[in-house]
Amino acid sequence: MNSLLGLLIAAPLLGAAVLLLGGRFVDRVAPVLGSALAGLSFVLGAILFSNLLGKPASGRAIDSDLFTWMHVGTFKADAAFHLDQLSMTFVLLITGVGTLIHIYSIGYMAHDEKRRKFFGYLNLFLAAMLILVLADNYLLLYVGWEGVGLASYLLIGFWQHKPSAATAAKKAFLVNRVGDIGLAVAVFLMFTTFGTFTFQGILHPSVVSSAGQGKATALGLVLLLAACGKSAQVPLQSWLGDAMEGPTPVSALIHAATMVTAGVYLITRSSAIFNAAPTAQLAVVCVGAVTLLFGAIVGCAKDDIKKALAGSTMSQIGYMILAAGLGPIGYVFAIMHLVTHGFFKAGLFLGAGSIMHAREDEVDMRKYGGLWKKMPWTFATFGLGYLAIIGFPGLSGFFSKDKIIEAAFAKGGTEGWILGGAALLGAAITAYYMSRIMVMTFFGKPRYTTKAEGGTSPEAHESPAVMVAPMVVLAVGSVFAGGFFSLGSRFLHWLEPVTGHSEGHSPVSTGVLTAATIVLMLLGMGLAWFQYGMREVPAAAPRSIWPVRLARRDLGQDDFNHAVFVRGGTRFADGLAEFDAKGVDGAVRGVAGAVGGGSSRLRKLQNGYVRSYAFSMFGGAVLIVAATLFMRAV
Amino acid sequence: MSATAVAAPAVHSLWTTAAAAPIHAPKIEYAQLSPILVVLGAAVAGILVEAFVPRRARYGTQLAVTLIGLAGAFAAVVGLAATGYATTKADLAAMGSIAVDGPSLFLQGTLILVTAVGVLAIAERGLEPQSREVPHVDAFAPQAAAVPGSEDEKAAARAGWSTTEVFPLTLFALSGMLVFPAAGDLLTLFIGLEILSLPLYLMCALARRRRLLSQESAVKYFLLGAFASAFFLFGTALLYGYAGTLDLGGIAKVVTGDAAPNAALNASAHGDALLLIGGAMIVMGLLFKVGAVPFHAWTPDVYQGAPTPITGFMAAATKVAAFGALLRLLYVALPEMRWDWRPVMWGVAILTMALGAIVAVTQTDVKRMLAYSSIAHAGFLLTGVIAGNKQGVSAVLFYLAAYSFVTLGAFAVVTLVRDAGGEATHLSRWDGLGRRSPLVAVTFALFLLAFAGIPLTSGFSGKFAVFSAAAKGGAVPLVVVGVLCSAVAAFFYVRVIVRMFFAEPRADGPSVAVPSALTGTAIAVGAAATLVLGVFPQWAFDLADKASVFIR
Repeated sequence: MNSLLGLLIAAPLLGAAVLLLGGRFVDRVAPVLGSALAGLSFVLGAILFSNLLGKPASGRAIDSDLFTWMHVGTFKADAAFHLDQLSMTFVLLITGVGTLIHIYSIGYMAHDEKRRKFFGYLNLFLAAMLILVLADNYLLLYVGWEGVGLASYLLIGFWQHKPSAATAAKKAFLVNRVGDIGLAVAVFLMFTTFGTFTFQGILHPSVVSSAGQGKATALGLVLLLAACGKSAQVPLQSWLGDAMEGPTPVSALIHAATMVTAGVYLITRSSAIFNAAPTAQLAVVCVGAVTLLFGAIVGCAKDDIKKALAGSTMSQIGYMILAAGLGPIGYVFAIMHLVTHGFFKAGLFLGAGSIMHAREDEVDMRKYGGLWKKMPWTFATFGLGYLAIIGFPGLSGFFSKDKIIEAAFAKGGTEGWILGGAALLGAAITAYYMSRIMVMTFFGKPRYTTKAEGGTSPEAHESPAVMVAPMVVLAVGSVFAGGFFSLGSRFLHWLEPVTGHSEGHSPVSTGVLTAATIVLMLLGMGLAWFQYGMREVPAAAPRSIWPVRLARRDLGQDDFNHAVFVRGGTRFADGLAEFDAKGVDGAVRGVAGAVGGGSSRLRKLQNGYVRSYAFSMFGGAVLIVAATLFMRAV
Repeated sequence: MSATAVAAPAVHSLWTTAAAAPIHAPKIEYAQLSPILVVLGAAVAGILVEAFVPRRARYGTQLAVTLIGLAGAFAAVVGLAATGYATTKADLAAMGSIAVDGPSLFLQGTLILVTAVGVLAIAERGLEPQSREVPHVDAFAPQAAAVPGSEDEKAAARAGWSTTEVFPLTLFALSGMLVFPAAGDLLTLFIGLEILSLPLYLMCALARRRRLLSQESAVKYFLLGAFASAFFLFGTALLYGYAGTLDLGGIAKVVTGDAAPNAALNASAHGDALLLIGGAMIVMGLLFKVGAVPFHAWTPDVYQGAPTPITGFMAAATKVAAFGALLRLLYVALPEMRWDWRPVMWGVAILTMALGAIVAVTQTDVKRMLAYSSIAHAGFLLTGVIAGNKQGVSAVLFYLAAYSFVTLGAFAVVTLVRDAGGEATHLSRWDGLGRRSPLVAVTFALFLLAFAGIPLTSGFSGKFAVFSAAAKGGAVPLVVVGVLCSAVAAFFYVRVIVRMFFAEPRADGPSVAVPSALTGTAIAVGAAATLVLGVFPQWAFDLADKASVFIR
């Protein structure tokens, strides 16, 4: 089994190598090869899963020590992998959804000239993401962390001929660097504090408490910074919306289902550190609560279907971060929501991609409408995903999101009320903006004129089977996953040995909470129907009141960053440049001038007369003898 | 020679009690002296060749004799080392006159290899434009009265007149150099000094082109060299007056008090003055040979005036021999005087590094620039000498081996860049050389980078070794000055690279002669040594480290 673990990563890595280095010889096989290797990885994951299930609950882990990566003095880092229930969950999600999206891309990218590169990058992403979740130490995790960042950068900017895509890729990379610094500092801190990077050596309550609460808090905060960058949480959220410039399968896989949830993984994996640092936990829940509302509000105001979904992703990850910050009451539910979200959000994005595929990359929902008749499969799968995300009773989101809201209340005290309230409010807004998307896209009259009718738009049509099939599979997951996980608390028992679990004491009974959630959901849906279903949707966005305008501008995130960081940074750089030009260059030129001047003067001593040479020798000799005698005298 | 040195104190008794003290023939260990003897033998054979072999065959015969002699001498060094002389045992041969120990053998081996490479450049005859009447012309004047390129010269060349004497002269110089770092007493040291110097004075005067400059340089070198020899000899006399012996080990014993000083001296204060002044003057004689400030003034003029192959040989080999002798003197004869000579040497080292680096900045002639660069390198080497520990010795040994090959290579490249007037040594003529002759320019750039001490070249390994040894020996300020001077020096090395690669080529620029296999081999060996000692220096460090113990 140990060797399978290495093979699991090797398959997509090999794919990336072959596709990226193979040149045009592998052009034709690229889509099939990339998808097959992703599929192979999933099969290997499934075999490992069945192997884990065969073991007793307390000993479900497989370790694989590949080689010693670096060994200098007391510094030792291994390329070693650790598979337990937590990483197994991720492996199945990553390879499962990854394979589906590979298959979907065969259809979606069929006409793109750079297909080979696209599949190469996707394989690279899978390999990096698997390293991230399978690493048994923080240093190797960092490798995966940077690897997925690289893949994300390459795929956001995949159509780099578009300036907007190139800029978006750069933006994502830069903002992510801020978070990556957090992880780097965390790794440094771990080594200086514990002398090791391994999970086994650090993540134990007694080890963490031996370092003292101050260290634990510092570690927790830098880890949170890392998580904020990768998972697009406030204040490092600004890149996710622009990242939608990438091809839609990328948005589905990387910027919805897997990579952006790496922050949640990091926090859950580091639970021992956060459990020992209440201050850091407080910071985590604050970030989660703020982001879940931030993303939801932005999602309400966007007309671009992908950007609206991106806001939603941000918001849903906010839920997960919130849950992870709650400690042992929340970890399991954070991961459970992560998995169900992986299903329905990937499905929603693929649906959006299917629509864009039919409408020549039109993303403005104001130019959609009435598509349910033209694209029945897309409508059905998108609709099921929609019901799942708003928490319609019985579907996946209902189970996972309700648990988080419940856990937030169970935190207790004022804190619990505030967090629970925010989560409930978020649920209502989710219902509103998702219903808005649904209504604007599929219902009402078509707000476009096809070419046949003398307009510019193509006639909408259903996507090919190779694209529809993955959507169907994901829709099935969106419907049943939550219920399946919750039946007999299966997911809880599965994950508990890794993350630990404790029941909180909610001040509000479960029944009341469920009822409240459903009522708020219906309110949100009703409001959206009232606004967009009952009335005509204007073709251009009307000038609205300022909160709406602010939300359309992503609540001013870019204006804020520009004013504070870009301008401040520019001013700082200008100051440095001036200091460099005047101070440093001045000193350098001064020294150079002095040396040159000294040189011109000294070379005059070399006058070519042997008599003066002899005299200088004589003078030197006298000086040396005198100096020697003087040294003895003193 | 050593017999005189040892027997000298006994002269009076010899006269008075001639019957009672029979003269014993000195015991000569021929095997241990074989490297020197082989070279001397080859040199004498060279003179015989000059006398008896027909003119036309002389060049080939001389080259063969020289190279065979060098090969034999090197085999002798390797043989001695293989029998354990450098590492497990050491001996004072010829009644204490010649030390056969690690540093001797290491430096002798280096010197022989350096001379072999140098001889290849000296023997080059393919650089001048050739014609049917005058097939081969070398870098040396065939006849003093013949103007270069004139009918007279052509006639002389056709008649087979060429200065094949340089080969035996080189071998004689080498034999002096082999004695120099191995000398066990002061008189042998002096004889080595003279044997190595006199042929060099001659060879400096032999240039075929720019003859006046060449002859002037020879006269300057001779006059100043004689002056320095006088210092040396006077210092020898004073030390003998102090210690009553010329033996380096014997002097050390007197300094430490293990042996009685000269009976004629009763007041120790006077004795100290003799020791201090004598020691200082001997050191000065050696500092002249290495070209340290304030005894450096001859270097630029001689380097510029001498025929370039000779300059390369001289710059590389003399420095090796003279630093070897300096190390032996300071570590064997005067180690107990460390607290007296160290501050003065500090001053000399700092002045040498600074003056060499700074004055080189404004030089416009490539040979003069390399001369000042060699002064700066003498300063860097002095920091290693001053370190005063075993690591310092091995670092200096390594540095010498590394530096000498870089120097040979660099001067060999200089012989290639020519115009109608011979070598084009003015730096402005080198503009854009990299575009015309990329291979030559890249090779020269490699040597310059090695001089500058850029990593992956032997210059870096050597500089790192001497500086770290000096820092370990407590000379941190000296290291700081050394690093600063290296920075200044890097400027003028890199400036040449910039000129070669980033300046527009001149329309009337020099052409690069295609060398024969001789110079080609010399340059290739220099470049290979530079790279190998830069990338894989460890084996050479180990070798130098094993060979770093002096016999006392």
